[in-house]
Order: sequence, then C-alpha cells, then structure tokens
Amino acid sequence: MTDRDWMSAVLAAARPRAVAALVRYFRDLDTAEEAFQEACLRALKTWPGNGPPRDPAAWLVMVARNSGIDQARRARRQSPLPDDDRAVSDLSDHEGPAVERIDAADYRDDILRLMFICCHPELPATQQIALALRIVSGLSVAQIARAFLVSDAAMEQRITRAKARVAKAALAFETPGAIERAERLAAVAAMIYLLFNEGYTAPGPGSDDKTALAEEAIRLARLLLQLYPTEPEVMGLLALLLLQHSRAHARFDANGESILLADQDRSLWRKPLIAEGLALVDKAMRHLRPGPYQIQAAVAALHTRAASAEDTDWGQIDLLYGALERMTPSPVITLNRAVAVAKARGPAAALDMIEPIAESLAGYFYFHGARGSFLAELGRTKEAREAFGRAISLARSPAEAAHVRREIDRLAVSAARGNATSEGVEK
Amino acid sequence: MQYAILCYHDEKVVCAWSKAEDEAVMAKLMVINERLAREGKLGPVARLLPTTAATTLRKDRDPPLVLDGPFAETKEQLLGFYVIEAASLDEILDIAKELGAANPGGSYEIRPIGYFIDGRKPG
Repeated sequence: MTDRDWMSAVLAAARPRAVAALVRYFRDLDTAEEAFQEACLRALKTWPGNGPPRDPAAWLVMVARNSGIDQARRARRQSPLPDDDRAVSDLSDHEGPAVERIDAADYRDDILRLMFICCHPELPATQQIALALRIVSGLSVAQIARAFLVSDAAMEQRITRAKARVAKAALAFETPGAIERAERLAAVAAMIYLLFNEGYTAPGPGSDDKTALAEEAIRLARLLLQLYPTEPEVMGLLALLLLQHSRAHARFDANGESILLADQDRSLWRKPLIAEGLALVDKAMRHLRPGPYQIQAAVAALHTRAASAEDTDWGQIDLLYGALERMTPSPVITLNRAVAVAKARGPAAALDMIEPIAESLAGYFYFHGARGSFLAELGRTKEAREAFGRAISLARSPAEAAHVRREIDRLAVSAARGNATSEGVEK
Repeated sequence: MQYAILCYHDEKVVCAWSKAEDEAVMAKLMVINERLAREGKLGPVARLLPTTAATTLRKDRDPPLVLDGPFAETKEQLLGFYVIEAASLDEILDIAKELGAANPGGSYEIRPIGYFIDGRKPG
C-alpha cells in the first residue's frame, strides 16, 4: 500500500464518525459534507509531512468545524444584513476541544442518526440506499450510478431529491431514548439489508460495482455492531450478510446462470466469512432474544454447517421458519418454510402449507417453481408442468427461465423413469 | 529465543480496506512469511477475526461473567500474532520492521515467549 492508499483508508474509516458529528454540529447535511471535504483536502496536504494525528476522526471534525465556521463568517460579510450575528456567535460558542465534542457516548448516536437520516420512510428504498452510500459510505455519485446502472446525471438528481426531502423532515438531535434508539436501529438494519440485496448479482459486465454494494453493506453492518456490540439482532444481521455473501462465488455458473444452494460447489464457499458468521450466530443465541435477522442467520448457518445438501437439518430449518412466520408473517417466509417442510415431512405437507398463500403469491416466480417441484415429487406430472409453465412466464431473467426449463426436462426424464426430484427456492 | 509479535491496528481502518487492498497486504506478508518459514524461524501465525466476533470471560468472579466484545475498549485492537524464532531483540526488530513495511499503520508489540506448546504435536 502506498502512503496515499493508506491515507484514503484512514479517511474512509473516519468518515462516518466525523460526518455524523458534523451533522449534529451544523444540523445540515450539505454543510457537514462540504466541511468534511475541506478537512480531507487539508489532511492530504498536512498528514504526509506531519504524520497522521492520533485520532484522525477528531482531527477531521475540528478542522471541518473551523472551516465551516470560516465559511459562515465569509457568508456573513458578503451579506450585509444586520441582526444576523446570532447564528455565527452560536457556532463560536461551541468551539471547544474537538475531542470533547465527539466523545464516545455521543458518537454512537451520531452515527446511528446519520444512518437513520437516510432511512426516511417517505424515501423509496433505492433512494435510501443511494443516500446512505453517498453520505455514510462516501462513495462518489459516479460510483453509485454505475452500481445502479443509471447515468451520473440521473443519480445526481436522485440523491439531490432525496437530500431535499430529508432536509424538510424534522429530526430530533437530542440523544435518543431507548425506544427511539431501537426503532432507529431497526430502520437502519433494514436499509443495510436492502443495500446488501442490491449487491446480489450474476458475474458479468458491471458486476464488480454491484458486488461492492454487498461488501459496503457488510462494512456498515460491522460498523453498527461496533457501535452496539451487545445487540443480538445486529449480530444476526452481520452474520446473515456474511453467511450469504460467503456463497457469492458459488452462486452462478460460467454462463452466469444461478445455481441453487443444493447444487453449489461448497468448496467455493468462503471460509473466513463463514467462521465470522457462525461465531456471531453463536454469540447472538446466548442472549435469548431472538429476532428476524438472528433466525435467518441461524437458517443460513444450518445450510453452511451441512457437509452436503443431503446432510442439511431440514427439520430444524422448518422450526426456525415457523418461528420467523410467527414473528413477521409473510407469504414468502411460508414459501421458504414449505421448501424445508418438503424435505423434512414430504411434498404433500409442503403443498398443503402453500395452499393458503397461492392467491397472494400468484405473480411470484418462486411460488410456481416450488409448487411445480412439490407436484413433480408427488408424481402429479401434468400439474407440475402447468406450474413450471406459469413460473417461466413470470421469470425476470433468462437464467431464471432456463432453470425452470431444466426442471421441465428433468420432469420428462423422471416421468419416463417413474421417479422425480425436487428443488428448493433458496439460493 | 522465541518471540511473539502481537499485531495491533485500528480495526476501523483495516475493515475499511477493500478486498483488493486487503489481499495486496496479505500477499506481501506471505512473501516474508515464506522466507521466514524456509529459514526455520516461523512458528504459528494467526490473523484474528474482528473484535465484534470476540467474547470475553471475566474470571475474577464466581461464576465467571461472559461478555460480548474484546477485553479492552482501546483505539487499536489485537488483530493477530506471529511466533518467530530469533537470536536477539535486534533480529526480531528487523523482522518486525520488514513485516511492518508490508502492512503499514498500527503497531507491533514484541514479547519474548517464556513457555510454548505446539498443541498439534503429540508429547
């Protein structure tokens, strides 16, 4: 690593904490960001000669605050309005030691607030993610635009609009209470999970930009856990992301077609990510405060711990999805549970289970794929073929359609043999 | 004399490395590790998982207390360690400097080892 690489890593690491403190100080996103940029420029000039400060985040906050105040003073001199002294003297009152301004107790809530700003409920999911990547992660508009496959101008506009909307929202800058903090944590965790799912992609042109999103989501989840190291749901979230991401290399074949979990080459699963994910699942379980991320992570952990698809503990996965269903009822969870049920208790039980959700998932590719598999396993070939046909018509990519076509081919082969196989919806 | 090199670094910085940056550092370190191994000086080497995966057992009470996180909340964290055979403090410092050049930032704490068991060997 060159000096410059090393400095940019230090600046990137300090960014969330510094920008978060500056947002609390200036109470304005744009001012905070500009001041932080200014401080980074100064760091690039002075650090190589003087060496980095002991606490880079505190240094950046102090320099950024001063530059922000200077700017406010200049703006005041240019606008000859009287009675405008208050804003500036208010700022000057806060000029104390920077370290004191970003003491440990505050900065956790600062960073959580900064992340939470991006999760404004009025913002569509894609804007929440784009805003978080810009503000919290500090990615350039061009980098974000590439990941979302839109033009720079379109992304610039999207982010500007999102910023305008959050600027209008009144956000409490006091230290949040326990309930408010829990709500913020939940919203931020959901945003990080959305970001991670954006990074789920087949290899190919532009896939590195997408994969970077998944890695950024892991970084943010890790940051959140560093801030709240005893929150089991945050452990669950990071564990879930790590375990899912550990399979990234095994998920697609050379042609970019998705490979189902059961068919993946498990030697391609990345062991360090798995080790960390499993350690976090174990840690979370000790708290006896289960939540949706912990349960999903536990499911992922069971898949990971199985030496082969056949060794998977489907009975336990059935129970876990049952718990998840009670916690956050959703037809998609029921469908996932049915796949485990098919393995643990047989396809007839699985088919019964998905009967009540048929209507709400009528337009869902995976529903018809799974239903087709259950029917095929029961030897109801004609109905299975109809279900697979419906799935193909709902496929969102050629890879998905190709996958179901292979199922239909297998159906023909196994019908000839009087035998059938089943496939799950999980990847 | 056997020495332990305890590798401290700011975890936030290390976690901010991209996968490519991380791999570049590891590749440089591996070159040095391989040479030390050829020279018969290299003992066990470990890179630890992030402190968020750590658990602390406080055994100053009965029953002991299990806590999330590393033992101490410090600016730099113990992220890994080497065990290396060296003839003198000068030699181990030279080796540590070489490793440090491949992996800048943070600090190495060099501790002579008083007692060492390679648990994988019988006896």
